[in-house]
Amino acid sequence: MIEYWNPQVERMPVDELKELQEQKLKELVHYVYQHSPFNKKKFDDAGVKPEDIKKLDDIKKLPFTYKQDLRDTYPTGMFCVPNEQLVRFHVSSGTTGKPTIVGYTKNDIDQWSLSLARALTSIGVGRGDVLQISYGYGLFTGGLGMHYGAEEAGATVLPTSAGNTEKQLELMQDLSTTVLACTPSYMLFMNEAAKQAGISLKDDTKLRIGILGAEPWSEEMRTRIEESSGIKAYDIFGTSELSGPLFTECTYQDGIHIWADQFLVEIIDPETGEPLPDGEQGELVITTLVKEALPLIRYKIGDLTVKTSEPCRCGRTHPRIMRVLGRVDDMLIIRGINVFPGQIESVLMNISEVGEHFMIIVDRVNELDTMKVQIEMTDAAFSDKLNDIMSLEKKVASSLKSVLNLAVEVELVENGSLPRSMGKSKKVIDNRKI
Amino acid sequence: MEDKIIKQISLFSENKSGKLASIASNLKNANVNIRAFTIAEAGDFGIVRMVVDKPDVAHSVLHDAGFTVSETSVLGIEMDDVPGSLSVIADVLGKYNINIDYAYAFVTKSDVALLIVRVDDIKSALKVLSSANINLIDMNNIEAI
Repeated sequence: MIEYWNPQVERMPVDELKELQEQKLKELVHYVYQHSPFNKKKFDDAGVKPEDIKKLDDIKKLPFTYKQDLRDTYPTGMFCVPNEQLVRFHVSSGTTGKPTIVGYTKNDIDQWSLSLARALTSIGVGRGDVLQISYGYGLFTGGLGMHYGAEEAGATVLPTSAGNTEKQLELMQDLSTTVLACTPSYMLFMNEAAKQAGISLKDDTKLRIGILGAEPWSEEMRTRIEESSGIKAYDIFGTSELSGPLFTECTYQDGIHIWADQFLVEIIDPETGEPLPDGEQGELVITTLVKEALPLIRYKIGDLTVKTSEPCRCGRTHPRIMRVLGRVDDMLIIRGINVFPGQIESVLMNISEVGEHFMIIVDRVNELDTMKVQIEMTDAAFSDKLNDIMSLEKKVASSLKSVLNLAVEVELVENGSLPRSMGKSKKVIDNRKI
Repeated sequence: MEDKIIKQISLFSENKSGKLASIASNLKNANVNIRAFTIAEAGDFGIVRMVVDKPDVAHSVLHDAGFTVSETSVLGIEMDDVPGSLSVIADVLGKYNINIDYAYAFVTKSDVALLIVRVDDIKSALKVLSSANINLIDMNNIEAI
């Protein structure tokens, strides 16, 4: 039986959802125009007034919000409420520039938890589950966000945070963890560490679900993780600017449900900014409909994905975005060809001799871009005949070539020699000086 | 006849300085003595192959040290240390269409030399070599060298 957190809202007819969104959008534009001088100026510069937004489609008239806007107004210049109304701050890691600050009112935290409570219910997680949260707690939104959502959903939280894998495994066994929330990289790391300690996640723990996210991962990686750990692995999506982790797939694993009463999702052409119809790949743009402290209008997240408005088999009517293919920022341009690390992961995980870890090294030699993919020799793939190993390298190189249309050098390295990550893993080293 | 099969240790190693030192020191600490040793190198990596007195111990210490390592079945063929010995062996294998994947030889303290070979059909090789009265050594001989 399919369980819902709030069946009335989650199964609301699409037309009614759209009416609800239209109403909320109209309120939102008045709210930000009035409370955020930064947004008011943006509206004015674009020649648009809150009154111009009469129907849902009018959203096209509104200017986009960029991550750079949050940096330019650092720390709290875009907030719509005075600081004393905030109950929390989160701060992004700032790996790609100045960090961004997000503030939350009590209501913002409640809406965030509600979004996750619906998501967790949709994958059958709730009362009776022990949810071990291995996302980092602190300034990062992953740990605390999931924590509040899981408590709201009725699960018992085990707030291990990231790291200290030995302790994580011990507690997982002693407290019968059923659900683990972490990055896909950490799930692999945990599985390896468990094996080394003589523990089988499949047979020696009660683990049945992994909620994995905070970095892109492929469908092929999902299959690997599900098979090696004996769990169902679900993709989770969110970004700190929108609150943090917010949405997951449901048990059908057929796209991530974006709650339409809270968020309005658009897919646009990254070049022209024009909205794209369902099914076409483009850049994800989200408008927050109920946030108070830091509402965002047409926020360009930078992820590339595909949207569908078809109701899901689970009965939920809210739009879904398909597995995020990668970020616009992550795209590598090698000799004029666009390459996503996720494409490489898909190819590699389809070759059974190849292990789960890889590294992409991009360089420029004599004005020519080169790409090398390092993969680890595994016990299963090892042969002491050079020929066998060289044909494995050739097999991987030709599979990559047929998908990427690009010559790739494949280098086998020793098992365990590529970096393991407990958080977001780094899969690309770009040595080009451009 | 199966007891004439020798367990060779094969391991994958990146072609980097210090790798051999690490392999050697692991074997030294486990008191494993190397009888024959060769490296087949192919650019960024190499395959180290060796015949040792205690293959099981060698396998487990190298595996625990993180190496990708396997035990491979090979033959240890005794040769008189005189010209023409290799030709006799190669003739026999060739005549029966047994292909040599790789081979390496070493000279012992006595007057025989040893040829270590990996072949594509080890059972047939055992049969044809012994019918040709060519002597094969076993793990006990290896320990005793």
